[in-house]
Amino acid sequence: MFFASRLSILCAVAMTVSPVFASTIKIGEVGSMSGSEATFGLSTHEGISLAVKEQNAKGGIKGKKIELINLDNQGKPEEAAVATTKLVTQDKVMAILGEVASSRSMAMAPIAQQNKVPMISPSSTNPKVTEIGNYIFRVCFIDPFQGKVMAKFAAEQLKAKRVAILRDVKSDYSVGLSNFFTEAFKQSGGEIVVDQSYSSGEVDFNSQLTSIRAKKPDAIFIPGYYTEVGLIAKQARKLGIKAPLLGGDGWDSTKLFEIGGKSLNNSYFSNHYSQEDQAPSVQNFIKSYKSEYNKVPDGLAAMGYDAAKVLFAAMEKTKSLASTEIRDAIAQTKDFPAVTGNITIDAKRNASKPAVVLEVKDGKFLYKSTVNP
Amino acid sequence: MGLSNKIENTKSYAGLMSLRWWLLAIAGAWALDYVLPSMLSPYIFQILVLAGINVILSVSLNLVNGFTGQFSMGHAGFMAVGGYLSAFLTTSLVEHRPDLMIDPATGELLGTAVIFYFGSLILGGVAATLVGYIVGLPSLRLRGDYLAIVTLGFGEIIRVILLNTDAVGGARGLSGIKQFTNFGWVFTFVVITVFCVWRVVHSAHGRVLQSIREDEIAATAMGVNTTQGKVRAFAMGAFFAGVAGGLFAHYLTTLNPGTFDFNRSFEVIIMVVLGGMGSISGSVVAAIVLTVLKEALRPLQQYTGVDLRMVIYALVLIIMMLARPKGIFGTKEIGDLFRGRKKVKGDLT
Repeated sequence: MFFASRLSILCAVAMTVSPVFASTIKIGEVGSMSGSEATFGLSTHEGISLAVKEQNAKGGIKGKKIELINLDNQGKPEEAAVATTKLVTQDKVMAILGEVASSRSMAMAPIAQQNKVPMISPSSTNPKVTEIGNYIFRVCFIDPFQGKVMAKFAAEQLKAKRVAILRDVKSDYSVGLSNFFTEAFKQSGGEIVVDQSYSSGEVDFNSQLTSIRAKKPDAIFIPGYYTEVGLIAKQARKLGIKAPLLGGDGWDSTKLFEIGGKSLNNSYFSNHYSQEDQAPSVQNFIKSYKSEYNKVPDGLAAMGYDAAKVLFAAMEKTKSLASTEIRDAIAQTKDFPAVTGNITIDAKRNASKPAVVLEVKDGKFLYKSTVNP
Repeated sequence: MGLSNKIENTKSYAGLMSLRWWLLAIAGAWALDYVLPSMLSPYIFQILVLAGINVILSVSLNLVNGFTGQFSMGHAGFMAVGGYLSAFLTTSLVEHRPDLMIDPATGELLGTAVIFYFGSLILGGVAATLVGYIVGLPSLRLRGDYLAIVTLGFGEIIRVILLNTDAVGGARGLSGIKQFTNFGWVFTFVVITVFCVWRVVHSAHGRVLQSIREDEIAATAMGVNTTQGKVRAFAMGAFFAGVAGGLFAHYLTTLNPGTFDFNRSFEVIIMVVLGGMGSISGSVVAAIVLTVLKEALRPLQQYTGVDLRMVIYALVLIIMMLARPKGIFGTKEIGDLFRGRKKVKGDLT
């Protein structure tokens, strides 16, 4: 008798948990909340949480509140895979948001694809991620585009003819960007005078910079992450290199100034959005983010926010919240007014949207120009 | 004539008898592979597979660190060699000879493709063995901490080489690996690993290894070729680490050099130390417990919002080392505890 009553309780619990009877819509997030890239994971998480909070304040989706389940992967691909399996099979989430790094998105995507759960990566820029299957999307531009943007900027706005590259061989992101920059810059008639490399974690770049100085380039392209870029800028200026420094969205952190300081003046990098953009979508986002977290959002927070917004908009368009319907709705996203520009999802499930070029000046990122795809 | 024949027969029969349980265990692994998916959620299943891979790693490292008493910190390096080579082999086969691997009609993998997968696993293991031999030969002549430093350096060298090798994707990592590894494969190799290490440890070679652990000078005085013994154990440990790497690669379907940094080696060392240096069952238990513990603590993160997993993980280790510095089992095996008798075999202290 006791056993039977317990069984019925179990059944009742199981029923409330199963998605059909659920009163909430479960969304999974996998991010690096600890480990060496924790700041990226935290920023993205804050952006996503803000979007969830706003959506719930509006009454959720189809009258159901959204429940965000955030799992940590410690910056490891296999942990990301385990976390994704848990979200998909245990928590029965309707969609997954994540990951920042392409290496971890690649470990997650096959699982999402296999279980037919739509997955939107906020900022994995490696082209291969969305090639894994038709349930995998992203809301950021991909490495080729960012490389092209900076090549175009260097050739047209800076009138550079001879550019040096300093790439981080440890990061696929940096290597990819360097390759696409080289390709685009050569097409526009420029010349890569020297291609040097370093490994993230290094602190002394004098030997690379000395050989770059010898070639007297018009600009130096450093598509790395902020920690090394700050140090490189400092050491470059110390060596008397005055050429402008160029980079990608890996520069986007207030830590950049803490490390690099004034040495970063006369530097430019491509990014997803500019805080100076007066568009209402951007200003509203910055305002609510500031009131929520008491700080200025960085690019990754904006991307996380956008990924969640694109997903919610797609979910609202569906009839029954079936995974195939959500998938189709995300694929049909067109000119969605997001913080990081109007997002259109193309046939390869990548976001086609403009990039902005920012100038670094006295501890501030100033808006320089917008480059359309 | 007749008598010697009879002895010969019983001998081979006895050999089979002792193999019987191991073969049964492999059959059991495949049976479970067939039955379990309908009973367990894929999440738990995945944890079991990863636990199995960790068991292979920790048992093979125990042969070096536990039984031979050498402190190797390069297990992740051997895993990377095996993993990358076997994944590279199968992905190139799929690319260049798709007729051997993929059914053109359905686009699915052919049944016979498993042969190439098995071959690539073994080749990965052999490559790791060769690398282990090359690294081990000069460095195992050294004693004490030197080996630890050499193997630590070796692991990093492998990782940096992989980062700079474009053929295996460099920093982008190797992706698009077919998922061959399943529960059955992993536990087949778990059984093979435990079997091989068990038999080696309980053979004359095992006595040699343990004599090296207990007192290298005394062992040399007894006529033991210590360098040879150490290199053998080291190469054998490397082989299974390489196989584990191959299993891992074909399970996750994507490899990244960052996965094989020294933290991975430390994780395996922790399993060996926690289970007991010189206890095979200890390594098995510790590998499973630590893999499961990490996942079991996950709900805690979900409810508190802070990732306390590593804090608790570390606490468990500290308490363990304070309360039981020899590890869970010390040098005993799980069977010794149940029988309640003292371990005599091979205990040279």
